[in-house]
Amino acid sequence: MDAILLQILNGLDKGSAYALIALGLTLIFGTLGVVNFAHGALFMLGSFCAVTLSKILVISKVTIDPEKVDFLGNPLKVKTPYVMEWFGESAGSTIIDWSVPLAILFAIPVMLLVGYIMERGLIKHFYKRPHADQILVTFGLAIVIQEIVKAAFGANPIPTPAPDVFRGSYDFGVLIGMEANAVIYPFWRLIYFGFSATIIAAVFAFLQFTTFGMVVRAGMADRETVGLLGINIDKRFTFMFGIAAAVAGLAGVMYTPINSPNYHMGMDFLVLSFVVVVVGGMGSLPGAVLAGFLLGILESFASMNEVKGFFEALYLPSIDQIIIYLVAIIVLLTRPRGLMGRAGVMED
Amino acid sequence: MNTLSKSDKMTFFIVAAISLLAPFILNPFPEGSAMAQFNAGYPDLMQRFAIFGILAIGFNILFGLTGYLSFGHAAFLGVGSYSAVWMFKLLSMNIIPGLILAVIIAGLFSLLIGFVSLRRSGIYFSILTLAFAQMSFSLAYSVLTPITNGETGLQLTLDDPRILDGANTTGNLPVTGLFGLEMRDTFSLDIGAWAFQFNIGYYVCAAFLLLSFYISIRIFRSPFGLMLRAIKTNQTRLNYTGLNSRPYTLAAFVISGMYAGLAGGLMASMDPLAGAERMQWTASGEIVLMTILGGTGTLLGPVLGAGFIKYFENIFSKINDTVLHTWFSFMPDGLENAIVWVLHFFVGKGWHLTLGLLFMMIVIFLPGGLMEGAERIIKRFRAKKGGDSDTTPDTATKPAE
Amino acid sequence: MGILEVQNVNKSFGGLKALQNVNLSIEEGTVHAIIGPNGAGKSTLLNCFVGKLIPDTGTVMFDGHSLLGRKPHEINQIGVSRVFQTPEIFSDLTVAENVLIPCFAKRDGAFTLNALSRVAGETDVREKAEQMLIDVSMQDKKDMVASSLSRGDKRRLEMAMCLSQDPKLLLLDEPTAGMARADTNNTIELLAQIQERRHITMAVIEHDMHVVFSLAQKISVLAQGTVIVEDLPENIKGHPKVQEAYLGVAT
Repeated sequence: MDAILLQILNGLDKGSAYALIALGLTLIFGTLGVVNFAHGALFMLGSFCAVTLSKILVISKVTIDPEKVDFLGNPLKVKTPYVMEWFGESAGSTIIDWSVPLAILFAIPVMLLVGYIMERGLIKHFYKRPHADQILVTFGLAIVIQEIVKAAFGANPIPTPAPDVFRGSYDFGVLIGMEANAVIYPFWRLIYFGFSATIIAAVFAFLQFTTFGMVVRAGMADRETVGLLGINIDKRFTFMFGIAAAVAGLAGVMYTPINSPNYHMGMDFLVLSFVVVVVGGMGSLPGAVLAGFLLGILESFASMNEVKGFFEALYLPSIDQIIIYLVAIIVLLTRPRGLMGRAGVMED
Repeated sequence: MNTLSKSDKMTFFIVAAISLLAPFILNPFPEGSAMAQFNAGYPDLMQRFAIFGILAIGFNILFGLTGYLSFGHAAFLGVGSYSAVWMFKLLSMNIIPGLILAVIIAGLFSLLIGFVSLRRSGIYFSILTLAFAQMSFSLAYSVLTPITNGETGLQLTLDDPRILDGANTTGNLPVTGLFGLEMRDTFSLDIGAWAFQFNIGYYVCAAFLLLSFYISIRIFRSPFGLMLRAIKTNQTRLNYTGLNSRPYTLAAFVISGMYAGLAGGLMASMDPLAGAERMQWTASGEIVLMTILGGTGTLLGPVLGAGFIKYFENIFSKINDTVLHTWFSFMPDGLENAIVWVLHFFVGKGWHLTLGLLFMMIVIFLPGGLMEGAERIIKRFRAKKGGDSDTTPDTATKPAE
Repeated sequence: MGILEVQNVNKSFGGLKALQNVNLSIEEGTVHAIIGPNGAGKSTLLNCFVGKLIPDTGTVMFDGHSLLGRKPHEINQIGVSRVFQTPEIFSDLTVAENVLIPCFAKRDGAFTLNALSRVAGETDVREKAEQMLIDVSMQDKKDMVASSLSRGDKRRLEMAMCLSQDPKLLLLDEPTAGMARADTNNTIELLAQIQERRHITMAVIEHDMHVVFSLAQKISVLAQGTVIVEDLPENIKGHPKVQEAYLGVAT
C-alpha cells in the first residue's frame, strides 16, 4: 500500500510536466490548428529563464578588501552580489536562495513575449499551409532554439536548486496515519504538483468563466462560425498562443530543481507530451491532463524495482524507458480516438 | 533499359556518369592549395553521399509520393546497421549477407511500425512515427542491450564466430569485403598536383545508389506510383474509386523502410559498428531535411539534397575560429573580430544551428526545394532570352520530376 | 425487384429521428430522383448507401449485396460510383491521370502491387481512359493539371472518372449545387447523354427542380425522415402532399 502510494506520488511530478505541456499543445492545436513541434523548446526556455535569473542574481560587485590578503600576499578580492548590496545581506541572500520561485515573475513576461513573437512572426504565416509544412517549420525552429541555448549556456546540465526550506523531504505517510518513514516525499515535488494543479485549474477556469474563454472554446469547436460572428478571433488566438507558451514556460521554471536544465530536455519532453496528447485524445483538454498524469504515474510504476526485475527476467531491462510508448500503442489500437477524443478531430 | 522513357533514361545516365566520375568531379582543386579544403573527393565523404542518397530516395517514395511525413526513418537506418554488424559477427565479413539481412529486418520492422502508424493519417501519423523512433532509440540504447550493446554500440571482436570465414589468426580485426575486395581499398591516381582517390567501398555504395535510383524511377512511373500520388492529392476520391489506400501506403512505407535498411547496412559495411545515436529524432529530421531541400516528390531532388547537406556538413564542421580569422584578415581588426564572433556560432560545432535555420528557410521560402529553385531560375532565364513574348502563364504544366 | 432496395430503414441521432421507416426501390436502368426540403434526411439516407452511417434497423441491398457498414472502396468495387456535391478529383494530377486511376481500379481491384510495370506500357487501360475522355469531349485537355479546370469541366471529369468504371449504379449528390445556369444545363445534357447511351442506373439527390424534372423517370419525396410520395414526375408536380412538405401549407 505504502509502496503504491509512493509510486503514485513519484509519478505526479513528471505527470504534471507532461500534463502542462500537453495542455499547451492541445490549446494551440485546438485554437490555431497547428501542431507545434517547438512547444518542447518553450518548456526548455522556461527552465533557462530560471537559470538566467539565478545567474543574474549573483552578478557581483568586486571590491578589494584592504585588510585581508590571500596566501600569495595579494590583496583579497571580495565578491558581493549587487542584490546583497542593495537589499542588505540577509534579504539579499534570501532573494538569491529563492531564485527559482522568483523566476516565475521573470518568466511570465518573457514567455508571453516569446509566444507573441513566434505566433506573429512565424506561425501566423502557416495557418493556410499544409500540416506537413507546419510540422517542418516548427521542427526547424525547435532545433534553432535548442542550438542557441546550447551556444549560450553550454551542453552540460546546470543545477539550479530550490529554496533551502524546500530542499528536505516530508514524511507524507504519517499525515495519513501510516508508520513513520513509510512514505517520504521531497517537498519540492509536492510544491510542483500543487503549482501545476493550480495552473491547470486556472486555465480551465479561464476558459470556462470568461467571455474570452468562451470565444476560444467556441473557436476550438468551430473556427469558421466564430469568424463569421465578427469577432476578431485572430487577435485572441495570438493571445492564446502566448498563454500556452507561458504555461509551458512556467512548467519549465518550476521543474528546474527536479531536473537540471539542459538544452535537449525540450525535445525529450515534447515527444512524450505528444504521446500524451494522442493517448488523451487529440483536441481534448481534459484528456491531455488526464493522460499526462496517468502516463507519469505509469512510468513511475515501471521504474519500481519489483516491476523492473520482472521484466529483466524477460530480458527487457529498463522497461520504464519504453512503457509509455507501449501503452500508447495499445490504447491506439483499441481506442483510435484516444481516451477522451471527440469524433471528427483530425480524422480524414 | 527499354523500361524507361527517353527523359528518364537521360536522367539516369547523368546520375550514373556523375557517380562514376565523382572522384574527379569532387576534387577540382589541387592538393595543398588554399581551396583544397573545399574538395569532397574523399572516400568516406563520397560513401556518405551515396548512402544518404539512397536513404533520401527511399524516404521520398513515402513522403514525396503519398505525402505521409514520417519522423521515424532513422529507426530503420539503425536497425539496418545492427543487422549488418550481427551478420559480420556471426556469419561472414562479406557484405552481401549483411546487406540482405539489413533490408529484410528493416522491412519487417517497418511493416510492424507502419501497420500501427498508418491507422491514422496527417499529423497523427507524424507523431506516431516520431514516438516509434524515440522508442526504438530507447530500445537500442538501454532496453535491448544484449542485442545492441547499449551505449557503447555494437562492434566487431576477435572472438566472434564468423562461421563462413576461416579462423582469424592475424590478431587484427577483420575488414569488410565483397568476395575478396576490401571495402577500404583505395587506389590513388596522381595527376600533376591533383590526387584522385578511387575507393572500392565508394563504388559499391554508388552501385547500390544507382540500383536504388533505377527502382525509384520505375516506381514513380508505375501504376502503383500513380496510386501513391493519388493518395497525396485526394484520399476520399481514391477510396470512392474502389481503391484501398491502406495497403498502398503500407507498401510505400515498407519499401522506404527497406531503402533505409539498405543505407544502414551499407553504413555498417563501410565502418563495421552500429550505435543507438543513429536512431535519434535528429537523424530522422536530417532525412526529412535532405528530401525537402532537394525537392519533395521529384526524382533527382533527394539525391541532390543528400549531397548538399553532407557536403556542407563536412565543410562547415571543419571551419573553426582560426580559419575564419584567416579568411577575414584583410578587414580592420575590430570588424574582423566582430564578424568572426558572429560566424563562429554557425560553423564547427554550430553546424546544427545552420541546419535548423536552413530547414526553416527552405520551408518558408522554397517549399519545392532546390529543384523548384532551379526551375524558377531557368524560367526567368528563358523569359529574358525570349523577350517579353513569353508571358503565357503555364499553370497547366506538370510539376517537375 | 430493383437494383437498390432500401427496406424499413430507421436512423436516429440522440432523440432526433432522421430517418423513419424508409422504403425505396430503384429500378435498373432508370434515373431515380430523391428530393425533399432541407433537413428531410436526404444526406443521411445517402450516407447509409455508402456505408458511412449504419442504420439502427433495416436493410440496404444492392444487387444482392448488403451495403451496410462497408468501406467506400468495397462499395465501389461491387459497382456503385459516387459523384460529390463539390467535384472530388485528383487536383494535383493531370486530366489523363485522373481517368487512368479508375480504369486501373476497375481492372486490378482494390490493391495490386504493380510497382515495376509502366503506366506507359499498359495499353489496354490507356486506350480505355482515352476513349472515356473523348466521350466527355475533354481529350484536348488531357495534359492539363486538374486543379486548373473550370468548375464545369471538373464536374465533367469527375463524371468521366465514375463512368470509366462502368458502374451499375451512379449516386449523384446535388450534382449542380452552386453552379451557374449554363453549367447546370451542360451537366443536365451530359447526364441525359450518358443515360441515353449507357442506360446506367442513377440515383440523384437534388434541390433544383429544373434538374429533377429534366432527368428523372421516377421521384421519391422525402420529408421529415419518411418517403411521403413515390411516383412518376408528372404526378409529383401537383401532388398536395409534396406542396405541403415544401410550403408548409395544409390543404
